[in-house]
Amino acid sequence: MNDFNYHKAATIDEAVNVVNENPRAAYLAGGTNIIDLWKYNIISPELLMDVNQLGEGIIETSDGIRLSAFITNSATAWHPLIEERYPLLSKAILAGASAQIRNMATNGGNLLQRTRCYYFYDPNVPCNKREPGSGCSAKEGYNRIHAILGASEQCIAVFPSDMCVALAALGAVLNVSGSAGNRSISFNDFHRLPGDTPQLDNNLLHDEIITSIDLPSKGFATNYSYLKLRDRHSYAFALVSVATGLDLEDNIIKEARIALGGVAHKPWRVIAAEEYLVGKAPTAENFAIAAEIILQGAISFKYNAFKIELSKRAIVRNCLMALDPSSQLPGSQPSA
Amino acid sequence: MTQIGKAISRLEGWQKVTGSAKYAGDYNVPDLLYGYVVNSTITKGHIISIDTSDALALPGVIKVFTHQNRPGLAWFDIMYTDMDAPPGTVFKPLHDNEIKYNGQPVALIVAERFEIAREASALIKIKYEEMHFETRLDRNIEKGRNAKKGLATALKPPPPKPKGDFSLAYDESPFKVATEYRHSTEHHNPMELFATTTVYEGDGKLTIYDKTQGTINSQIYVANIFGLHFKDVRVLAPFVGGGFGSGLRPQYQLFFSVMAALELKRNVRVTLDRKQMYSFGHRPQVIQKLRFAAETNGKLTALSHLALSETSQFEDYAELVAEWSHKLYPANNTLFSYKLVPLDLYTPIDMRAPGGSTALHAIECTMDELAYQLKMDPLELRLKNYAEIDPSTDKPFTSKALKDCYLKAAEKFGWNERNPEPGSMTHGNKLIGYGMATGIWDAYQFPARVEIGVNAEGKLLVNNATTDIGTGTLTVMTQIAADQFGLSLDEVTFGYGDSKKPFSMFQGGSAMTASTGSAIVIAANVLKKKLLDKAKEITNSPLKDAELKDVMFTHGRMYLKNQVEVYVMLTDIVQANKGKTIKTTNLGAPHMFDLRKYSKMTHSAAFVEVEIDKDLKTITVTRAVTAVAAGKIINPKTATSQITGSMVWGISKALYEETILDENLGKYMNMNLGEYHIPVHADIKQLEVIFVEEKDELINELGVKGVGEIGLVAIPAAIANAIFHATGKRINNLPIHFDELL
Repeated sequence: MNDFNYHKAATIDEAVNVVNENPRAAYLAGGTNIIDLWKYNIISPELLMDVNQLGEGIIETSDGIRLSAFITNSATAWHPLIEERYPLLSKAILAGASAQIRNMATNGGNLLQRTRCYYFYDPNVPCNKREPGSGCSAKEGYNRIHAILGASEQCIAVFPSDMCVALAALGAVLNVSGSAGNRSISFNDFHRLPGDTPQLDNNLLHDEIITSIDLPSKGFATNYSYLKLRDRHSYAFALVSVATGLDLEDNIIKEARIALGGVAHKPWRVIAAEEYLVGKAPTAENFAIAAEIILQGAISFKYNAFKIELSKRAIVRNCLMALDPSSQLPGSQPSA
Repeated sequence: MTQIGKAISRLEGWQKVTGSAKYAGDYNVPDLLYGYVVNSTITKGHIISIDTSDALALPGVIKVFTHQNRPGLAWFDIMYTDMDAPPGTVFKPLHDNEIKYNGQPVALIVAERFEIAREASALIKIKYEEMHFETRLDRNIEKGRNAKKGLATALKPPPPKPKGDFSLAYDESPFKVATEYRHSTEHHNPMELFATTTVYEGDGKLTIYDKTQGTINSQIYVANIFGLHFKDVRVLAPFVGGGFGSGLRPQYQLFFSVMAALELKRNVRVTLDRKQMYSFGHRPQVIQKLRFAAETNGKLTALSHLALSETSQFEDYAELVAEWSHKLYPANNTLFSYKLVPLDLYTPIDMRAPGGSTALHAIECTMDELAYQLKMDPLELRLKNYAEIDPSTDKPFTSKALKDCYLKAAEKFGWNERNPEPGSMTHGNKLIGYGMATGIWDAYQFPARVEIGVNAEGKLLVNNATTDIGTGTLTVMTQIAADQFGLSLDEVTFGYGDSKKPFSMFQGGSAMTASTGSAIVIAANVLKKKLLDKAKEITNSPLKDAELKDVMFTHGRMYLKNQVEVYVMLTDIVQANKGKTIKTTNLGAPHMFDLRKYSKMTHSAAFVEVEIDKDLKTITVTRAVTAVAAGKIINPKTATSQITGSMVWGISKALYEETILDENLGKYMNMNLGEYHIPVHADIKQLEVIFVEEKDELINELGVKGVGEIGLVAIPAAIANAIFHATGKRINNLPIHFDELL
């Protein structure tokens, strides 16, 4: 961990301008991942631009809700508007990390956290994400936690967020500021698949910063569920997680959203599966077919073959849980 | 006896919860320098070159020590050994350019601040020549060989010789089970990081605050290596934030801190970070093969247990694994074997219930399989094969209340509500499983010397070098000492955690209460005699004709048993000694001669309920009951905490804990508490502890056995058996990942 300068941003413009001029500058929000990466010598910023004070809270807009990127995960999850209108997001956030980490971690930072692949965190072993061209140690290594969907020859890491699985299902939109101006990115276009550039997790430029997250008015607050399967009941990343939102009318699915976490380099949504469910009854059989569609093309490695079958079963269970959200347990465990 | 048996809260509890308790890395002595260790990034080979110039150029860096510029140290390997060193050649930090394992310390940076030293560590450039390595036990099975013998073999002898004709008996028995179990590596991960603060006192004198389970062990190690007088090296460890065995041997931060302090003539602290906790001892990988056979009535006829364990290329670390089944169950035909495979890893070290927890998982799961084959209740099979004398030695037990453990725990748990059919018990989306297992652990006792005295205020002062690794030693020793003189707890001061105090072995094996506790009783009896002799010297002493058997002590008085009103105040006795503390120092040791005719064991029985999701197979241990027979319980509160903590560890061992060893890189990959999974609160539900009555008049002065590891040993098998009961699947490798049930 190197010596560094620290600057507290007064405005977003100031933050962006300073970071734009220094390729070794980094934004600091909750610091729950950047400090780890720093201590492991994965990154070595020479300037930290603290953006924690730029938050504007949670505001209602004409067509939904705007979440500041700079407020904490806890403040978001426990906010009455989120609990009431976007309970799927609230549950997903509360399934992540620990209470202590959620109290520090921000919404923007959650979107930007790096993979938890063991090999990425060890600067002394090959990793294409950390050092492009050096190789992937995970492919032939201990890959129990790794990807089954959308992986590449270069990288089989997964994106670890819970919150983002819900944001993908809800169809959020990100508002971004940079030296070239402001832009909006739909959630599905934000994170990238590894392909030949596994070093890039997302489409944000160096100087760009996420300022807010727009949630569309439809929150699936009546029929929703988040299920997280992991090696212990708290403070562990998902082996497989599922966010489901259903819009039901007369026991027929009008709209369905299903996103998977822990299986790919980004939250995984398959529109064809969601479309398949439209007009169908919310039965285990129909959800099982949707699950098959979602898992099409899944490829496993030596230690993670179980994730394919587990994902399918998790999708079915979570969709059934969405029919009765009261069946959800703390920590997004399977229903009793 | 008024203090012994009382549920007393830890006397130092408030210091711990308020943060005023100081640990080895908390002593901010003046002009302190900070060391950070650089570890090897290859698994085996040689250092070709180390370039330290960039690190040295960093402002605040004082010195970089490597194998090239380290000071001359003790010449002979024997000088590096410690009380817990296994047979072999002890690892010597910075000895030469050879790399024996990944993470080996290869340099020490000393700087004005910890952060500078750590930053400098990234600037050191090391060129290595890499060599082929072997780190996986399962790929080197053919290399198994017997463990070398040495001093440590006294506590860990090779397994007993075969009895009868195992092969014949096994083949001819109507019921038989053959099983295999594989265990992953585990690391201790005590909350407190390994740290040493060395205070350079001058004149060859050092005061060392060390994270250790044995102050005298560290003292001997330092004095031998650096050629110092024992009396000039004082090692202090008043608080230890958990050990679990990792502090049984001096770890390399002690070596580095002392080396730098002596070379630089400065105060130096070296703290290892969490990742570096994974660069020394660990619980080894083990492969076990068992074959048990029984008659139609369930009586065991043949027991075989073959164990293969990992050790390093330089020391033969051994555990007791193969013999436990025969300490529990009689059989006329036995075959036991324990072999080691040297690998390119650091030497393993004892970790909570070493060997026993490994073995009992295998033994008690094999018994469960046998019970199912026999269509017999698993508890009934244990009772059918209950040993009244130790079958492995044919000696009687000093005491054994295991049957009570089985029955009391079974009743509390509701074992008779169990439908034995796998998968038959359900609740909503969950499969319910009940499993049970037996626990056994040696009732160890080590020699200990205790100084005990009464001062002018009538207070009792007791001293012994033992640590308190969080087990409640301070509290328990204070209770024991108070009762010897009928005093209240605040009239007793127990001094410990200091190598200057009378001898104690390292704190391990659940032995400390029996060791130091017995020594307190012995020394107290000598002190009573001294006090009486002095009391008689008082003019017109009312006790002048009394003998030791006639007197008793309470509330600061020595009085006649038959005439309570005839007494002398202890303060008056000390006054008669010109106000000088009256004291004695005495040795307490196990009653080797008397005990050689006996087997001395603690026992337990664990009953566990698991809930497993029918589709997703997620596992929750919803209830566990452990009954323990461990002689007299000095403090039910701290003892319950010990057993509860051990039960949590048993759950951890069964379901969560493993150090991931990458087979291609030869290194551990999950070296932090985020990825090295131990249970969190959400994983731990209802845990109950029962202590059964067990009177033991043979074992030692107090009738106590240890209450640490005995709480762990039975749990993993009970969980694995409950999982079988719930699902019909036997998962024999630990930890059990839920997805293996899909």
